[in-house]
Amino acid sequence: MDELTSTFVNESRDQLIAMEDGLLRLEQNPDDADNLGAIFRAAHTIKGGSGVVECHFIEAFTHKVENVLDKLRNGEIPVSGELSTVMLECCDHLGALLDVLAAGSPHPDPEVQARGDALLATLTEQFLGGSARDDALPVEHSSELEASGGGVVNTDAWHISVRFGPGVLRKGMDPLSFLNFLASLGEITAINTLADAMPAAAEMDPESCYLGFEIHFQTRASKAQIEQVFEFVRDECTLYILPPHSKINEYITLINESPEGPMRLGEILVRSGALTQAELEEGLAVQSRSAGVEVEGASPAQTPIGEILVEQKVVHKELVEAAASRQSVLSDKKALDARMIRVQADKLDQLIDLVGEMVIAGAGANLLAQRSGQSDLMESTSVLLRLVEDIRDSALQLRMVQIGETFNRFNRVVRDNAREMGKAIDLVITGAETELDKSVVEKLGDPLMHLVRNAIDHGIESAEVRAARGKPENGTLQLNAYHDSGSIVIEVIDDGGGLPRDKIRQKAIDKGLIDAAATLSDHEIINLIFEAGFSTADQVTNISGRGVGMDVVKRNIQSLRGSVEVLTAEGEGSTFTIRLPLTLAIIDGFLTGVGKASYVVPLDSVVECIELANVPEQRNYLNLRGEVLPFVRLRELFGIGGEIPSRQNVVIVQYAGEKAGLVVDALLGEFQTVIKPLGVLFKHLRGIGGSTILGTGEVALILDVPALVERAISIEGERLAPGTAATNARTGGAHESVSIH
Amino acid sequence: MNATTANRLAIREDMTIYQAQAQKEQLLAALAATEDLELDLSGVGEMDTAGLQLLLLLKREVLQQGKQLKIISHSPSVQHLFDFCNLVGVFGDPMLISAKP
Repeated sequence: MDELTSTFVNESRDQLIAMEDGLLRLEQNPDDADNLGAIFRAAHTIKGGSGVVECHFIEAFTHKVENVLDKLRNGEIPVSGELSTVMLECCDHLGALLDVLAAGSPHPDPEVQARGDALLATLTEQFLGGSARDDALPVEHSSELEASGGGVVNTDAWHISVRFGPGVLRKGMDPLSFLNFLASLGEITAINTLADAMPAAAEMDPESCYLGFEIHFQTRASKAQIEQVFEFVRDECTLYILPPHSKINEYITLINESPEGPMRLGEILVRSGALTQAELEEGLAVQSRSAGVEVEGASPAQTPIGEILVEQKVVHKELVEAAASRQSVLSDKKALDARMIRVQADKLDQLIDLVGEMVIAGAGANLLAQRSGQSDLMESTSVLLRLVEDIRDSALQLRMVQIGETFNRFNRVVRDNAREMGKAIDLVITGAETELDKSVVEKLGDPLMHLVRNAIDHGIESAEVRAARGKPENGTLQLNAYHDSGSIVIEVIDDGGGLPRDKIRQKAIDKGLIDAAATLSDHEIINLIFEAGFSTADQVTNISGRGVGMDVVKRNIQSLRGSVEVLTAEGEGSTFTIRLPLTLAIIDGFLTGVGKASYVVPLDSVVECIELANVPEQRNYLNLRGEVLPFVRLRELFGIGGEIPSRQNVVIVQYAGEKAGLVVDALLGEFQTVIKPLGVLFKHLRGIGGSTILGTGEVALILDVPALVERAISIEGERLAPGTAATNARTGGAHESVSIH
Repeated sequence: MNATTANRLAIREDMTIYQAQAQKEQLLAALAATEDLELDLSGVGEMDTAGLQLLLLLKREVLQQGKQLKIISHSPSVQHLFDFCNLVGVFGDPMLISAKP
């Protein structure tokens, strides 16, 4: 696929998304003219682009879609549910056609073709008034212009007269491709090919171009855009572009200047409908009288106006028309173009790698400066370090995208699936502006899709059941996102029936996942649905249950260093909560030391640090202002020898609302760090999230806080299970609280 | 390659600027040899302005010399080009009318 085509495919996909969004909004707001305009422009842009890349099957299909949209825009057909459905299917089909183009096949395969034909037939029958040949691009008429020669004529199209120079072909330019491109801007209503300039056979050089074309052209494009079509051959061709509603004498000028001689071109213009025979004759007659006066009005309604005035008025009209209709569109588009640049993702990754190296090098320089004890040097390195930090943040920002785009895709999913299920479901999106790393967003789509489908299928009840339970008939599905201590939290909330705890428990026992005698908290039971093997084979429907279980959701999320859990209240609804790290590359860390080793705790998860005091050797929990705080001794966990220092510290970390302590020897302060992934060998290592290089060149391991918190809580949970937390929690001692911000 | 019977010339290659020089000779030679030239364009792959121009030249020569030219078959690309340039009437040969997309 060449570059042009791939750009076209990418941009068209964006336009398709815009179109789909617009269509979905249209259902809610049928009278929003701006929205309709935006949908139309999206379709129009795709059509234009497909012409440039000469992808005719896309062009043809979009053309029809555009016709329907135009009727919609002009209020000729009303907005309806059926229309939206068909148009959305058209969007899908366009997506499929883009795939065909991207795959490099010259034609869609028969199945796709058949679907397209069926859609076109539906469009034609239902929305285009059954006239299959209604192909002409509608053009906005202000009113029919009374031509000065008398009689109403069809001058509402552009007239383009072009004679290609002999050298065009030899320079590798094919006039026909320019015309093809022109055709993509609008509709060529009449074209005449002129070979009059071709010399006799003997002199005719087959590698020279002798052709000219007279084109009657309906379009919304501006004169400048039409001129641009011929930009590459501008020096090589004679080009006249007469705007719609041109005065007859402009045609006469064209006729006189044409190399074929006045009569020949005059005939052509008459044939193509630009002029009537009478106008032509009269015009030529007037000219031969060499009168500087404009044609006198044939009917009293027409005021004779001086030539100059008329000229001016014509120019004025064209300018105003073209300007008014195009200017706003163009300026919008330009403003948008100016704000956006497409950059290869690889380049961004490379930049972030470099910034990562710079962060490490900067930390090294800072350390050296501090050792040297030169205050000037320390000052300048600290400034440098701050700048590096800013650069790091900006570089990471580049990869951040708002989650709203991902969420908005679900408008369509919810709409279609709810219809299919015969349910009425409103989708509420909140926190759409929450940002997260692009690479994370890309992998989030599938798990989210599964959760949303599941909620529609199993979560939200049918309208009758809802009415019986005293709930509003329309179910509500909410997608929510927010930032929480270095993670992003994404919630899928439904107000449906909730998860049946007892059924899940029974099923888990049947499947041998848990023991019948096991005592599990409600929370634990509900979260069994994420276990592998808890498949829902007997619940397969068209929507969810496509053979992908919740365990796949969980696995996908875990591969992003995230977690997923569910909260449910029977009869009231469920909340699926996904937690993900914001970025996979660089974190602000808190450096701690155990023995000779250094460990980095992600700063976002650190709540506070306290001294570990008065806690017996074997006990792994303490009393934090009346709360039980389980902790993990890193020295034990990682099997580090050496003498235990007189003062040990507890770094209190938080993840997913749970707190736990990490016992370390020394607190070494904040440290920004680049995560270097551990090798495959250490893939299954629990508790370590990655490694980083300190300014001194030493390696520090980055702690995986979620895993450690989970571990601390589960171990303490087991140990405390027989007794109650309250009686055991009394004895811990917490002094000297140090807060970190 | 191009097979020729008494009065029939079949072109089985692209008609673009690259072949134009050779094809001009070929077409004119074929015309010189007969009063009633039949041209089979069903094998033409790609046609550009140069190819189109040659056909126009041939048609003009035919008219000037008072001979006959029949294009008996059009490949899809030729047909599309004739349609696009509104030349079907100029050549006046029977042609399947394609529905414009």
